[in-house]
This record gives sequence, C-alpha cells and structure tokens, in this order.
Amino acid sequence: MTRRRPWWKTAIGIVLTAFMLFPVYWMVNVSLTDAGDLRRSDPSWFPSAPTFDGYTAALADQLPSLGTSLLIGLGCIALTVVIAAPAGYALAILNLRGGRSLNFLLLVAQMVPAVVMAMGFYAIYVRLGLLNTVWGLIVADSTIAVPFGVLLYSTFMMGIPRELIHAARMDGAGAWRTFTQVVLPVSRNSTLTVSLFAFLWAWSDFIFASTLNRSGEFIPITLGIYQYIGNNTTQWNAIMATAVVASLPAAILLVVAQRYVAAGVTAGAVKD
Amino acid sequence: MTTTSATVSERASGGSAADSSSAAPARPRRRRRVAHAARRWTAFGFAAPLLAYLLVFYAYPLWRNIDLSVHDYNVRAFVQGNAEFVGFDKFVEVFTADSFPTALLNTAVFTLVSIAFQYGIGLALAVFFHSSFRLSGVLRALFLVPWLLPLIVSSSTWAWMLNSDHGIINSVLEAFGGSQINWLTSPDTALTAVIIANIWLGIPFNLVILYAGLQNIPSEVYEAAALDGVTPWQRFWRITFPLLRSVSGITLLLGFIYTLKVVDVIWVMTTGGPGDASLTLSVWSYREAFGTGQPDFSPAAAIGNLLIVIALVFGFVHLRLQRNGDKS
Repeated sequence: MTRRRPWWKTAIGIVLTAFMLFPVYWMVNVSLTDAGDLRRSDPSWFPSAPTFDGYTAALADQLPSLGTSLLIGLGCIALTVVIAAPAGYALAILNLRGGRSLNFLLLVAQMVPAVVMAMGFYAIYVRLGLLNTVWGLIVADSTIAVPFGVLLYSTFMMGIPRELIHAARMDGAGAWRTFTQVVLPVSRNSTLTVSLFAFLWAWSDFIFASTLNRSGEFIPITLGIYQYIGNNTTQWNAIMATAVVASLPAAILLVVAQRYVAAGVTAGAVKD
Repeated sequence: MTTTSATVSERASGGSAADSSSAAPARPRRRRRVAHAARRWTAFGFAAPLLAYLLVFYAYPLWRNIDLSVHDYNVRAFVQGNAEFVGFDKFVEVFTADSFPTALLNTAVFTLVSIAFQYGIGLALAVFFHSSFRLSGVLRALFLVPWLLPLIVSSSTWAWMLNSDHGIINSVLEAFGGSQINWLTSPDTALTAVIIANIWLGIPFNLVILYAGLQNIPSEVYEAAALDGVTPWQRFWRITFPLLRSVSGITLLLGFIYTLKVVDVIWVMTTGGPGDASLTLSVWSYREAFGTGQPDFSPAAAIGNLLIVIALVFGFVHLRLQRNGDKS
C-alpha cells in the first residue's frame, strides 16, 4: 500500500456508482415532481420545482401500513432470534446429534421458492382463520430468516473459544446459564446481523403479503405500494414518494450497520 | 460426529473427572455415560424450538403443497376440504398446457442471462474495487443499496423508468435518435426489460461475495507474480480467476436458486405478460394461484413442486461443489 492511490480510479468509481444508483435517484426525483409534469414526454432530469405533494398524499394514505410493516418486522426479529439462537448453540457447542443432517435441511429449506411456501401457508391459514392477520404474516415472513439465522449463529458460535465455555462450566454454570450469560453476549454481532436481515426481509416481503393478507384491515407497506399502483396510475409522484419512505429503513441500516450487512451477505457463501 | 462429541464431553466434564478416571476407570465411565446422555438431551432441548418450527412451518406447508397438487382443488373444495384425488393429472395438465414450453424457455433465458451478466459485472466491479483507491469503501457500500431496497420499490421504479411515453429511458433513446420502445407492453421486449431490472438487482450480491473472495487470496501470490513481471491481464486470467473458482461456483449457484424463485420483479413490471411473453415458472405458479380472480391452486402447486425439484437438483450440485472445495 505504499503505492500512490490514483485519483482517476476514484473518478471512475464515482461515475460507476452514479450510474448504478441512477434508478434510486430517479425515484427521488419523480417523488418530488409535480403530477402534471410527469406526463411530459421529456421528463425533467432535476426536480426544478420540487413539490412535496407526493409525500403529503403518500403519508395521508400509507401511514397505517408503515406501522403494520414496522410491527411485522419487529415481530419477525423476535421470533427469528428466539428460535435461531438456541438452535445455533445446540449445533455449535452442545454437538447436537444429527447436526449435520439438520444443517443440510436448513440449506435445502432456503431453496424452497416463496411462492410454494405461500400456497402451503394459504391452505393452512384458510382453515385456521389466520388469513389477513398480522400474526400469520409474521410467522410466514420468519420462514425466510430462520434457516439463515441458525446457520449464521452456529457458524459464529463454532468459533467461540472452548476455554470460555469450560470456564463457565467450572464455575458451576449449567447449559442454560452458559447460554444466556456467556454465549449470547459474545454472539452480540451475530444477533445484530440476524435481526437486521430478519427485519429487512419482513419489511420487503411482497409474496406473502400479497397472498396471505390480500384483504386484511392492516396491510404492510409493500402491499400498500402495489395497491397504489393499481388504483392510482396517474399519481406516480405519490407512488414514488411511498417508495422512498419504504426505502428509509434500508438506507438507515446501511448507514449505521454497514458492517453487519456485508457480514450477512457473505455468510455461508464465503468461508475463511 | 459421535467421536467428536465424546471427546468434547470428556473435556467438558473438567479436569477432576479426567484425573479420577485414571485412578478408578470403571465407575467414572458409567458416570460419564450418564452425563453424556444428559448432554444429548440438553442439546436436543435447545434445538427443540427449531425442530418444532421446521415441522409446523416448513414441512407441513410443503406437505400441503404436495397435497394440493394431487387433488382437484377449487375454491369450494378449499373451504370444505373434500377435493377429489386426481393423482398426477394436474402435472399432466401443466406439462401439456400451452404456456408450459414458453414458461420453461423464459425461465431458462431469464435465469441464465441474468446470472451471466450479474456475475460478469459483479466480478469486474469486485476486481476494480479491490485495487483500493480513495473512497472505494464508501462507494462499495453505496453499491449495496439496490440489494437492500424492497423489491417492489425497485421494480416499480424500473417500471416507471421503462414507461413507453413518459419513461426516462425512452427519452434518452429518443434524444440519441432512437425510436420509442414499448419495453413492458410489447411481447418482443418484455422479457428483456425484466431481465435488465433483475440484473441490476443482482449485481450488489455478486459484487460483495466476489469481493470477499478476492480478499481471501493471499497478497504474496500477487507479489510473486509482480516479481515475474506479469501483465494485469495475465494476472487476472492466470491467478485471480482460477483462485476464485470455488467462490464463483457458489455465487453462480446461489444466483441461480435466487433467480429461479423471482416473482415480485416480473409480477410488478409485467405480470408475466403481455400474453405469456415474460412468464417464468414461478410467475406462472403465482398467477394460477393468486393472480387471477379465480384461484386454481392445484396446477399452481404442481408447478411449485416442479420448481422445488429443479432447485434441489442444483442445490445438490452446490453442496457437491462445496464439499469438493473443502477437500482441496
């Protein structure tokens, strides 16, 4: 790294990034454009006369669905962590019998298309009366995150020094105390990564929302946008304003937790 | 598996037990066996929520899905639960449907073209960002944005950008003397349009994984190559690319499995249309079950089961590759 870092590479990097992020810019641009100007055949490249009409309309219509999505995201985090963390502990530290087969099942589970799960859940929920409920959607959304969470936890816990576990045992801690007092605190970063993805996936889910919660009283934001497009194809500024608002959690998490995002993407795919 | 757990439990039972076992071998061994069984049940106890969860929320929905595909379910039978058993009739119905060859071909084109471009562009960007320059970290983080946005947000943005009359893409094309393209409404371009959007969505994932793979290549390899005076071109093809082989395999297979599942992007942009022009197997399954006013769950479930089989076949290839990678 003693070589000089050339500026021209930074310049190319900025151009490439700008090109890549153009659709995101365009979403913001359209969200600030007056509805009348959207119908021009040469759209303007900058919000020369920015208006917040789109946002006013979006917030008036979509505020409840933002709340619903927030609730579903948080419920999904809780369910995922409660199930995945102990399972990771059993796999990585307690040497669960048949652990290899379980790992294999979890890998296979991640390959099942969401549309298949959606049909299965629909068939079950019809009978149980769980269609169009927030709880039903939390459970369905968690199926995206739980296998990922278990694999992430067990990979991390595998690396916890055995001496730490033994020391706790020597002090007379049972398996449960070792788990809550030693393993969980040490695995804090894994919990953050798992929570982050559980939230983002639940927040972004469209397939489960559009199948299991089609006529619910409380619809999540993704379905809100979809219905908005259907009912309201003239007001693309309001649709894009809703899209901008729906993107905020991702943007915030990327800024404050970029490390955990990158850790989650590479987990399972790249081994050190 | 059993040997490792035995040694671990031996170590875990602490120094005192190990000492006494050398003095009096018979009794502690039994005690150890009891402790071993107890530890097994403890491990099972911690995994029990997951096992119950997998049974109720994975195995059971999948079972219901198979059940749907071998019965003739309509909405009434759905509620009453008295659908007629029809064996493989629904599968035959799917395989002989007019949409089947189209959907199969579209699925192949959609997945293969998408992952080829995602991988190629992702790899080029990973190599570019790996040469760390000022701001490279920040710019790399920004590249993650498309991957983190809800798919419905990205797909509706692309739908508006590709709009025939008011979209920015046609506006740019026309400024350069091109003519208007009906991206989403013409059968000739609908599949291309959704592929473009899907490539854009997949680049960040490929970039991040391949970048991590590049970081695992020891810098000594490059230093040795630099002493031998290789050109950057040779350095890429003779060193970087071969050393990325296992990471590349995994990236491509994960990309394949993800792309096979895609519904949201296509559904929001074209609903598989016009006609069947951008219909893939996943979208077809979704359309049959939930996309029309009249849900037709049995053929949809049959298509779904076909998708699982395809995903599993490639999944096994993935696991085989991973295992071979471990050996080497």
